Amino acid sequence: MSIVRNKTGRIAAALALFLASATAASAFTACQVTDTGGIDDNSFNQTAWKGVEDAKTQLGIEGRFLESQAETDYEANINSLLGGDCDVIITVGFLLGDATKTAAEANPDQKFSIVDFAYDPTVPNILGQVYATDEAAFLAGYLAAGMSKTGVLGVFGGINIPPVTIFMDGFHAGAAYYNEKKGTSVSVLGWDPKTREGLFTNNFDSLDDGRAFAQNLYDEGADIIVPVAGPVGLGSATLASELGADKLKIIGVDADLVLTDPEHKEIYLTSITKRMDATVFNVIKQVMDGKFEGGILLGSLENGGVDLAPFHEMESAVPAELKQELETIRAGIIDGSITVSPK
Amino acid sequence: MSEGKTDTAIQSLLKRAAPGRHEFEDLVIVPLFAIVAALVLGALTMLATSVEPATIARSYLALLQGSVGSISAISETLTAATPLILAGLGLALGFRTGLFNIGAEGQILMGGMAAVITGFSFPGLPFFVLLPLCLLSGALAGAFYAGIAGWLRAATGAHEVISTIMLNLIAYRLIDYMLRLPFVQRPGRADPISKSVPDHAALPRLLDWIDPNLRVHAGIFLALAAVYLVYWLLFRTKIGFEFRASGANPDAARFAGMRSGLIIVLAMASAGGLAGLAGSVQVLGVLERVTPGFSAGIGFDAIAVALLGRSHPVGVLFAGLLFGGLEAGGRQMQVDAGVSIDLIGIIQALIIVFIAAPLLVRAIFPWGFRKPATQQGK
Repeated sequence: MSIVRNKTGRIAAALALFLASATAASAFTACQVTDTGGIDDNSFNQTAWKGVEDAKTQLGIEGRFLESQAETDYEANINSLLGGDCDVIITVGFLLGDATKTAAEANPDQKFSIVDFAYDPTVPNILGQVYATDEAAFLAGYLAAGMSKTGVLGVFGGINIPPVTIFMDGFHAGAAYYNEKKGTSVSVLGWDPKTREGLFTNNFDSLDDGRAFAQNLYDEGADIIVPVAGPVGLGSATLASELGADKLKIIGVDADLVLTDPEHKEIYLTSITKRMDATVFNVIKQVMDGKFEGGILLGSLENGGVDLAPFHEMESAVPAELKQELETIRAGIIDGSITVSPK
Repeated sequence: MSEGKTDTAIQSLLKRAAPGRHEFEDLVIVPLFAIVAALVLGALTMLATSVEPATIARSYLALLQGSVGSISAISETLTAATPLILAGLGLALGFRTGLFNIGAEGQILMGGMAAVITGFSFPGLPFFVLLPLCLLSGALAGAFYAGIAGWLRAATGAHEVISTIMLNLIAYRLIDYMLRLPFVQRPGRADPISKSVPDHAALPRLLDWIDPNLRVHAGIFLALAAVYLVYWLLFRTKIGFEFRASGANPDAARFAGMRSGLIIVLAMASAGGLAGLAGSVQVLGVLERVTPGFSAGIGFDAIAVALLGRSHPVGVLFAGLLFGGLEAGGRQMQVDAGVSIDLIGIIQALIIVFIAAPLLVRAIFPWGFRKPATQQGK
């Protein structure tokens, strides 16, 4: 709604409608195409859009977005932004990879950036934003293993695609590392890093699925669950709220969910943040400064592109010793002495 | 009494011979006013969600520009309308036969899947063999899938509303499953996505010589041909008469010697064939692959299209174009005015509500309808 108001401030009457599109074209404009979760998913798309919002306030640019309602919208949505008004088109999500590449090749003068897709070989007018999410997820896995009372952790994903499974890989590896250090046998349900199979809702929008999958994992004994599926996780959070945080805790993904979903703040142990807002902002700045280049932009634990969110409500529940160990592991991951993926 | 009866009988006969004022009102004026009323209510909805009047005006302008305001807008409208028209025709055929088929979504999924599998399985065939083969296999898959519901209805009396809804759910899962089969799944991908159809199996894009971003494809001709074909089938053939007779009065049709079971299966299969064709056109013309969500609710929107078009092929054509325009224009509304795409959904729903309640439209807009004649016509 806020974009609507900002724009209309400049327009006196409906008669000036045509002029409006002309003035909009002159300002630097960043355009975003969301994935099917929607712009207000408290998670994936919302975090990426926050990068544009930040650029709007700090760099004084114009921002527009188009929500994809179905996978069939990707190409059409990108096309309808191609009129020339957008200085950079940012597509959000791995599933937009094909559509973005097609559009970029047909329109070599348009600058593109995509979240969660790295082209190999790279495309000269696309900057791919990718994240070493497994580094932060590793910390979350270690933390969860240390916090679990039942010794069972749960994880499920949206769709079996690399940007989702990398969370599950890291989480699994972190829990395994805890077992190795402490001689425990905490198990992770919902993902097998060897067979690459696990629990998937096969969508990024059904809150009902989020609830049902969390219920199933809870019934199998899990007391900490990581839903890696954007807004689907909100359904899991609702279940956890009803059960109470001592029975079921949720680890959020993408954004710090305590901030984006304050309604359920008491059940979030932490969040594995993927700072798409920071990378999107950087891309916009690069384009403005004329420094844009096709290629890959990697967010890692080292540069803050991925991280573990503060514990907020759980601050006192997490033992100081465990916090200390997490700091040591973080340093180990950054200097390379701990490898987060078995590959 | 009997005099009155013959009187109305003669009147209705006259009406059938020469479509009069009442048909005109029902087919043209009611839908037009329904659209106007929906747009006005849509504007009120926007006002209620604190969108400013200037933005509302701008968003409706964007709706117009995005649907018919430029070549690319028209291209997008036609692209979106093509599968809606095809699937809508199928549903209209069912409605005429008295079958309320909710299963177009599943039939689209099965049709699209079959078309893609055929496409990548025989890449060696020349395009003039491969493309028709893909379309045919898509139509057959849709026909077969809908035929199951038809057969269940004819053989066991299972109501097609229930069975087609259930078949939709089965289709969703079946597609999920098939997309993970090694010979369907795209190599190197872990997510459910099919291999691409080869370029020469794709429906040619019509305007890509002007601008490579124009997506309108040859499927629109297929849709137009289907409009004519369904019209001919329904109103010019014996089987079409049997379809309509079964729809109007199944008992009378059966007593007149029509084989109701066969008619149900045939009508469902033709409807499914058209929906399967809609799915094939979507994958061969637009997407070039199958993913779990590729039907994107077209099968449900097509129900609205068929109802809005009063189950008449020509009506379906215009209704499909309208819905295609709303989809393409809705995108522009988002881009230009920042109005939520959900609003388009609300406007579409409002149009349906008003179409479904012609008396409401007549009450809101008393002018434009000739009162005494309509009342007598009832």
